[in-house]
Amino acid sequence: MLAYIGRRIAVMFVILFGSSFLIYNAAAYAGDPTEGLRGSTNPQAHQKLIVLTRELHLNVPPPARFFIWLKGIAKVFTGHIDLGLTRDHSPVSTAIGNAIPITIRLILLSFILAILFGIGLGIVSALRQYSRFDYAMTFFAFLMYSLPIFWVAVLLKAYLAISFNNFLLNGKIAPLWILSAAIVSGFFWAAVISGTRKRVFAIFGVAGGSTAVLLTLLSVTKWFTHPGLGPITMLIFGLGFGVGITYLSTGISNKAALRSSITVVLIGSLFYFPVQYFLKKDPGILTILVMLVLTIAIAVGVAYIFTKIDRRPVIRTSVLTSVFVGILFIIDKLMKTWVPYINTDAIHQRPIPTISQSNDLLPSGNFWFTALDTVLHLLLPTIALILITMAGYIRYSRGTMLEVMNQDYIRTARAKGLSERTVIMRHAFRNTLIPITTILVVDFAGIMGGAIITESVFGWRGMGTQFNLAVHNQDLNLLMGVFLFTASLVIMANLVADLLYSALDPRIRVVGKK
Amino acid sequence: MAIFSRKKAVEELSDGDIFNKETEGLSQGQIVLKRFFRHRGAMISLIVLFSLVVFVFSALGFKIFGIGYGGWWKYKITDLPALRTDGCPIELPGCPTLNLIPGKHFGLGDHPFGQDDLGRDYFSLVMRGAERSLEVMVVIGLVAGALGIIVGALAGFYRGVVDATLMRLVDFIITVPVIVLGSVLGYHFGSKGVLFLALFLGLVSWGGLSRLVRGDFLTLREREFVDAARVAGASNRRIIFKHILPNAIGVIIVNVTLLMSGAILLEAALSYLGFGVVPPDVSLGLLISQYQDSFTTRPWLFWWPGLIIIIVALSVNFIGDGLRDAFDPRQRRRLSRKDRAAERKSSESK
Repeated sequence: MLAYIGRRIAVMFVILFGSSFLIYNAAAYAGDPTEGLRGSTNPQAHQKLIVLTRELHLNVPPPARFFIWLKGIAKVFTGHIDLGLTRDHSPVSTAIGNAIPITIRLILLSFILAILFGIGLGIVSALRQYSRFDYAMTFFAFLMYSLPIFWVAVLLKAYLAISFNNFLLNGKIAPLWILSAAIVSGFFWAAVISGTRKRVFAIFGVAGGSTAVLLTLLSVTKWFTHPGLGPITMLIFGLGFGVGITYLSTGISNKAALRSSITVVLIGSLFYFPVQYFLKKDPGILTILVMLVLTIAIAVGVAYIFTKIDRRPVIRTSVLTSVFVGILFIIDKLMKTWVPYINTDAIHQRPIPTISQSNDLLPSGNFWFTALDTVLHLLLPTIALILITMAGYIRYSRGTMLEVMNQDYIRTARAKGLSERTVIMRHAFRNTLIPITTILVVDFAGIMGGAIITESVFGWRGMGTQFNLAVHNQDLNLLMGVFLFTASLVIMANLVADLLYSALDPRIRVVGKK
Repeated sequence: MAIFSRKKAVEELSDGDIFNKETEGLSQGQIVLKRFFRHRGAMISLIVLFSLVVFVFSALGFKIFGIGYGGWWKYKITDLPALRTDGCPIELPGCPTLNLIPGKHFGLGDHPFGQDDLGRDYFSLVMRGAERSLEVMVVIGLVAGALGIIVGALAGFYRGVVDATLMRLVDFIITVPVIVLGSVLGYHFGSKGVLFLALFLGLVSWGGLSRLVRGDFLTLREREFVDAARVAGASNRRIIFKHILPNAIGVIIVNVTLLMSGAILLEAALSYLGFGVVPPDVSLGLLISQYQDSFTTRPWLFWWPGLIIIIVALSVNFIGDGLRDAFDPRQRRRLSRKDRAAERKSSESK
């Protein structure tokens, strides 16, 4: 196995070398960085030209110049990587270094959420093949597939950010909106759960009715201007999620799993006030990580207490529940930061930003302010990216799930008399994940491309902006820096895909039998 | 709860017979066509796309090999008519005149898509932009399709050194996100004309297709009909083009359509970033980028180009989906209640 990984990494470097040679020459022959100076009438132009030529080694032909650049990269082994200078004489490595975390943040969040939503919707629509829900999902996916991302982004800015900010000024929802939200939610849940006609009507009524009541309550109590969850709401949400995840992962009849996830939720709610104490002070990311580990440890412990045999599914269920409760804690805390946050001078009661990745005017040093600010800045670009990338995942997971459901082992599982839940979650779902994993990881390159456009629409100072700058200024070194980053990510994603594939599917052996 | 229901699984078991009955005595091509015509989304899309193409290309006229057609629209993109003020709110001169409500004002009117702040007729701009985008789409599809097929076919058929070399080349190209390579090339060659830009974009977007074609060729070349052809004395070229390629045509057509719907978005994105079509010329992405700031004041300048992009990309995607279903031998049509009843009756009478 190690030898295989080693060989793959060696191939990776060869590919990286080849593609960087390719793009270096393409870019060098396509653009002339001295173009501006040559046409200039500035008396110093000639001197500047000489300096520029020396700095960028322009007297060396591009194929050879590539190796000068490569020599700088090779210094990575001594710890001082040298990616050359940008056109304004600052090192490329700092420019890229500042941009990487910003871009990673955007890509990672939208990638994870798009996977969750995409696979979920795709599988449900496969299980309801040829239903209205399936047709609606197919159309939705194709529509998303055909949308130019920058166009969506402008619409999001106009309708989501600006209108929502206006709405927040009084925080009251018009009855018409409540009614339409109720109808939409009724249709959605009725289509997802489905069943006999009577049942569908009942679900429509319950889902639509509860949405309407909830929204009215929230609107009347001015929740939107003073949000927060509180221990009781968290208990209800937690219990709902706990029961739901138990149903999906082990089935309600598994009493141990049900008990342990409910216990985890109860423990979480009991600890509501003590945890607030820890969250109140500036906790820092480390404290939060420690608390996350503690939460998971508690969940595992609870699962151990309730089970004697077959512990793994129970542990999985209770850990998932505990993580959800943890996320609720953070959401609750962020919501409590909301009122002081929007009343700061920097925000001015308009919390949903349309531009930049963070608000520089915000008073620094407050962890929760910064966190909320980051989340809010992530909101629009993430929605845009999710919408675009999710489409492919919906289509793909639907197709795979349909294929898997036609396999003989599914028929066998049914013939054995397993419940349909077990057949789908244990036999079909897991086998669906195998091909999806590869396509997801490989698709990472697509998200990179999407992020470049998204960043430029939303004015983020990430890799996309650096890339724009590089192309516009004919800044070869900066361009190569951006390229090196994206290409390494894509190649690594490919390697991870192969390894995951063999880990998930025992039929595939990456290493030949001796 | 009924999230998991078993009813459908049982229904599907009986679908096989009727499927075979329907395709009895038809050639492969006839079966594919029949299935394609049955795909409602694809048929609607085909009609929409066709009428859009005719509409767009006839609006401003064209000239091929000296045969010119002037176009039925009264404005050219360079015309600067006065801003229309009557019938518009005072602060918004040049509002669109398109009216689809039957009545006195029904029809396109003077400026169906409105005018921009200079008074240029937006309908003619959008039509020209759509022409450009469609041209780019077709050229990218042709170039990338041809390259992908040739490279994939050679690699898959000859295997060995040829395969290794070509596939490493594909690896190099696939590692670079298309938008990165496209921007670098587009920024410098975009000014040389739209077709030139499309050619270069085609040169960088064939990687995925060639991999798929290679995979198909690798399996097909081991089949008996290839051996038979070789025994009969067919040359390699003949085997590739006459024997294997027709069998791989399903994968190719489907993926070329998907490539084309991606191409129109790619061109729009590049022009939006400023790396594609450059100003004296017009493209839909460029229009969106030029007028995105007027969204709050003159929203029509933003909506139309976006809508055209979506219509084109959406219909191409649906056509691709229809083709995929048509070419897929495992594809089974959903049986309507009527069919199922008919089948039950026929099996009872047997």
